[in-house]
Amino acid sequence: MNHLDILENQSIFILREAFNKFENLAMLWSIGKDSTVLLWLARKAFFGHVPFPLVHVDTTYKIASMIEYRDQLVKEWNLQLVVGKNERVLREGQTFPQGKATRVECCGMLKKDGLKEVLEKHKFTGVIVGVRRDEDPTRAKERYFSPRDKNMEWNVTDQPPELWDQFKTDFEPGTHIRIHPLLHWTELNVWEYIEREKMPVIPLYFANEKGERYRSLGCAPCTFPIKSHARTVPEIIAELRQTNTSERSGRAQDKESEDAFEKLRRDGYM
Amino acid sequence: METSLTASQDEQLKIVIVGHVDHGKSTFVGRLFYDTGSLPEGKYEQLVAIAQRRGVPFEFANLMDGLQAERDQNITIDTAQIWFRTPKRQYVIIDAPGHKEFLKNMITGAAHADASLLLIDANEGVQEQSRRHGYLLHLLGIQQVVVLVNKMDLKNHDESVFRSIETEYRAFLKQIHVEPKTFIPISAKNGDNIASHSSNMPWHKGATVLQALDEFKVPPLPTHLSLRFPIQDVYRFDHRRILAGRIESGSLKVGDRLYFWPSGKSSVVNTIERWNAPSSLVAGAGESIGVTLAEQIFVERGQVACLESSPPCMTREFSANVFWMGRTPLQIGKKYKIKLTTQEIECEVKSIEKVIDASTLSETKEKREHVARNDVAELTLRARLPLALDDHMRIAETGRFVIVDDREVSGGGITTHILYETRVAQPVSENITWLQTEVSVSERASRNSHYGAVIWLTGLSGSGKSTIATSLERELFNRGMQAYVLDGDNLRYGLNANLGFSPEDRSENIRRAAEVAKLFADAGFIVITSLISPFRSDRARAREIMTEGQVRFYEIHIDCPLETCEKRDPKKLYAKARAGEIKGFTGISSPYEVPEKPDLVLHTAQETASESVAGILDYLLQTARISDTDYEI
Ligand SMILES: Nc1nc2c(ncn2[C@@H]2O[C@H](COP(=O)(O)OP(=O)(O)OP(=O)(O)O)[C@@H](O)[C@H]2O)c(=O)[nH]1
Ligand SMILES: [Mg+2]
Repeated sequence: MNHLDILENQSIFILREAFNKFENLAMLWSIGKDSTVLLWLARKAFFGHVPFPLVHVDTTYKIASMIEYRDQLVKEWNLQLVVGKNERVLREGQTFPQGKATRVECCGMLKKDGLKEVLEKHKFTGVIVGVRRDEDPTRAKERYFSPRDKNMEWNVTDQPPELWDQFKTDFEPGTHIRIHPLLHWTELNVWEYIEREKMPVIPLYFANEKGERYRSLGCAPCTFPIKSHARTVPEIIAELRQTNTSERSGRAQDKESEDAFEKLRRDGYM
Repeated sequence: METSLTASQDEQLKIVIVGHVDHGKSTFVGRLFYDTGSLPEGKYEQLVAIAQRRGVPFEFANLMDGLQAERDQNITIDTAQIWFRTPKRQYVIIDAPGHKEFLKNMITGAAHADASLLLIDANEGVQEQSRRHGYLLHLLGIQQVVVLVNKMDLKNHDESVFRSIETEYRAFLKQIHVEPKTFIPISAKNGDNIASHSSNMPWHKGATVLQALDEFKVPPLPTHLSLRFPIQDVYRFDHRRILAGRIESGSLKVGDRLYFWPSGKSSVVNTIERWNAPSSLVAGAGESIGVTLAEQIFVERGQVACLESSPPCMTREFSANVFWMGRTPLQIGKKYKIKLTTQEIECEVKSIEKVIDASTLSETKEKREHVARNDVAELTLRARLPLALDDHMRIAETGRFVIVDDREVSGGGITTHILYETRVAQPVSENITWLQTEVSVSERASRNSHYGAVIWLTGLSGSGKSTIATSLERELFNRGMQAYVLDGDNLRYGLNANLGFSPEDRSENIRRAAEVAKLFADAGFIVITSLISPFRSDRARAREIMTEGQVRFYEIHIDCPLETCEKRDPKKLYAKARAGEIKGFTGISSPYEVPEKPDLVLHTAQETASESVAGILDYLLQTARISDTDYEI
């Protein structure tokens, strides 16, 4: 087995544990590369099927082609899609940049609160999320099965032990568990895997004529492309092997204060 | 910098950094990254700027201490992982906390590692967690250890300080049979002997940390050991039953006869299933696969598939070394849940042979009744049902487990002194074969003018199962059919008299009812079972038992709102349950899982009993055509 086989087999194991242990299971799908790799791994784990719904938290600020791409895959891969939206803040025009919310507050309302609403409405007790440890220092501390309390809060200073692939699968009513099957992957691994599997990815990741591409996809007002000439997956892989900047460097909301992202995550953000 | 396309095709090694609180673990990791140019662009400047803004001295530890609470207190709370490469390979560096309070997090980090660096502060010397962590590494099966004597700058880089710590700690490790690879004197703060040899310590002729890292070996996958394939789940996709799981050790191939433990049933591997992967007739340790079987037998999560020549040990009782992380102590006689591979069974501690303070290796002489948090014990566990397991020394993957106390994983352990000779169970199929009598199923069917079948009524207490079962039996009988009611209560008078109402007993009650129903159906009867059978898994198993026995099975949900059932309360059980006199009563203190795909649903709150019976008869005779003997089964 090479290193990608090892990563893949571990992720499949985790997905199958989640499916066995949670009656009301869902997977978050942001249309980005990570959650699309996750979706692909689910099809591996369940032999071409995805036996739970995908939740897309629609901020309405996503780059338009992402939604088109989403709907196309839903059809092709026969997926169940649940779309969540925080209609109220959108209607009231509170969002960044027009409304009074800062970038971080906007993220909290649109994604975190949007997610909370979907979870409550559908009573999901297990939510699969494609975060990775190498993305930022708080995600580096995550568990594969990570409990969230009634208010979706993450108790980072008292997490359950996790050893020998025995996970926390017993939880109190009203709480839920986030499941992170990609935790042990790096950004480079994700692209190597996309290449090996010949998986489709949204073209926004590839450089345009202006020599710019997205490295991480979020809402249009807060996500900026990086300078790049990588137009194919192997070119992205080659670029990542050379680079020394962090992946979320194009995400403006992380930079509002030292622990901006940690606060968001403790409150229930992905 | 690496540029070749195969750069990360090579191996990955996971290293955990352990040791007493404040001995410099996180500082070491930060410095290792800095000295090898592995920090992301701008990260160092950013950390320096943040420290300046907050008016505190810059700490290399802040790279790893990603939580604000950690940076505020200069302490690591939880374990973190970060990636790092040398020209030789990629490393996952796992930083672990040293404070006793966060031992469970240290264990979480260490359990994922292949090798370890253990730090000891030259100024403070060997401390409580230096020893406890050393002992835990040993229990977790991490054999490759390098000891770093840190903060040599505080001791004028004095060789004698280094030597005396080395002598003391070597002696400690020797007692627990750990042979450290080497000892290295370093200063994490200044970067001495980390990426390059330090001129401050010319007396150190050994390796730098970077060199020592590359000396570690990636432990091989246990492909050469006996096959252990614990079943994680059984899926029914595209008309195939696929047993899914990860091969923990050994390998299997198409055509192999697998024995499933603890049940002892066997069948032959028909196909190995993978999706969007090159097909292969073999699969080995570490692979998450699916298999289909040649003959359909009932297999469920928790069964461990093995080859005939090398069965696991089947036992309810076994000795183990356990470390305890729970908030309340581990107690003799209290009920816990053990999780070993995909097996989950209620268990208790039968006896505690020895409790060890892992930081001193001193043991308490008197017999103890409990194991306190952070202590280690040698004890005997007793599970409610047999487990398929191995000696940890033989196959680590099936020789280790966790103990769950009230929803929390609270302890971990490894099996010891497992006796295979006396405890290996024989496969059921070795000495027992199903006797095929001469009267065939179709002969019976043509005499009776119908095949045997099982009509499985499920619903809340008071929903009307018994009433419907009794009338249905009468209606079928009047039509000249062989019908018989198997009632839950009746079974508990005799066959199941030894069962109580714990979840396990209820499930066993249903299993036996299903087995009996299968035999009756095989004898040609239409069996109507009347059991609450609240759990999907139990009903699914009943269905499997019938599939295996080639018996037609109809699941009928007797649906009635809880309020109505409670109002009817024919046996006055709801009243008792409400008063707390009956525990685990379905609908009140235990869930009823509504059937997802029943063959028929009857709403007994909206219709009379005779309407319900008419509905069921209509279904059985018209749709299911149970009396149609031409029907192929
Ligand atoms: N003088 C000196 N100080 C050091 C050295 N290494 C670490 N320190 C200091 O020791 C203190 C503790 O360092 P940390 O790296 O946070 O210790 P730790 O082992 O990670 O602590 P926990 O994770 O909380 O157990 C910090 O103030 C460091 O600056 C060293 O080589 N020399
Ligand atoms: Mg630390």
